[in-house]
Amino acid sequence: MKLAVVLALSAALLAIDCKAQERPYFVTYSHEMEEPGNLEIEFFNAVGKPPGGNRFIGSTVEFEYGATAWWTSEVYLDGQMTQHDSTIFTGYRWENRFRPLLREHWINPVLYVEFENVSADKALREVVGHDGKDDFLEPNAEAREEEERELEFKLILGSNYHGWNISENIIATKNLSNEPWEFGYAWAASRPLKLAASAHDCTFCGEKFQAGIEMYGGLGDRYSFGTHLTSHYLGPSLNWAAPHGMTLTFSPQFGLNDYSIPRLYRFGIAYEIDQLWERFHRGGR
Amino acid sequence: MIRRLALTLLLVLLPAAFVVGAADGSWLKNVPARDHEKTSPYHDQPDAIAAGRRIFVDRCSHCHGENAEGSKKRPPLKSERVQQEATEGDLHWLLVNGNMRRGMPSWARLPDQQLWQVITYLKSLHE
Repeated sequence: MKLAVVLALSAALLAIDCKAQERPYFVTYSHEMEEPGNLEIEFFNAVGKPPGGNRFIGSTVEFEYGATAWWTSEVYLDGQMTQHDSTIFTGYRWENRFRPLLREHWINPVLYVEFENVSADKALREVVGHDGKDDFLEPNAEAREEEERELEFKLILGSNYHGWNISENIIATKNLSNEPWEFGYAWAASRPLKLAASAHDCTFCGEKFQAGIEMYGGLGDRYSFGTHLTSHYLGPSLNWAAPHGMTLTFSPQFGLNDYSIPRLYRFGIAYEIDQLWERFHRGGR
Repeated sequence: MIRRLALTLLLVLLPAAFVVGAADGSWLKNVPARDHEKTSPYHDQPDAIAAGRRIFVDRCSHCHGENAEGSKKRPPLKSERVQQEATEGDLHWLLVNGNMRRGMPSWARLPDQQLWQVITYLKSLHE
């Protein structure tokens, strides 16, 4: 029943006429910023089942605003639903991305700073430290008592080359209580199926699809840096720039070791509102 | 007090002067000679113009107007600067790098082929 409600909400979002063209990544950030004045609304989900635990769906609604051409700000609202358990709001995040070099280079760095206040989170927006499948076994009532207030920093490196986008993220997280720094990584690559645009309107032509691959995982913490007892995921991903400017993304992802959840299915819907404030001035378009 | 006022004015006016400078097409001076000389592989091709128009409407028109006429804050692209002063290579350089201080984002996210199609469309507006 609850799953049906989530799917119905997803379908309702599909009816909104806006536009977006996203990279087919769920965890990895590219160096591409939101266009100034645009607001992008995204709805991301991760479905999985840890061995010995209940199936879950972790969801994130994301509001991404292009403050300037070199500064993007985002607010996330997270929630999760666990079968045979409960549906809960798990917290919020506020992140800012800054692009220090104002021209396109071979490798383009972006600095990322985020504050998050979450508990019992299952959205898997990133994997750091020794995050693993056992974190998903705790009942929601117990897990949500453990509130995490964290600062997260990322160095995002991105390149565009002959239609390919290649992005790498280095992640460092500090829980504001007395816990050590935790580290993680993510990388991804993608390319449109066709590089040149068609002369005529089309729904399923190659330039409307982007295919890619994504991998991410934890790198331990300050006292035990490395891949021992860390989880890692890898999977192909595909997105489609649907009619009315909506972008739909899907990725099956696979845990690469026993510490990971064996399979995750991720899907997302994104749409973009162009020039948000100007719409008010000219009474909508 | 006067010193503080002068410092404040300087801090406000310097970036403003820079922005005004950038608005009058000073980005053209930054284009390297190698990029300046580039030409569109789709020059004058009707299919590329049509494809470029589609991309323009999708990506650029919300700032620069449905027919590239510009808006209150964004420049028209039928201007003499775009149509005559700037070469196809200059426009390609601008699309790849943007003019981020002036609010023009980098469009390097689009494949080169699509950038050239947009440029082919823009240049066709003159004819």
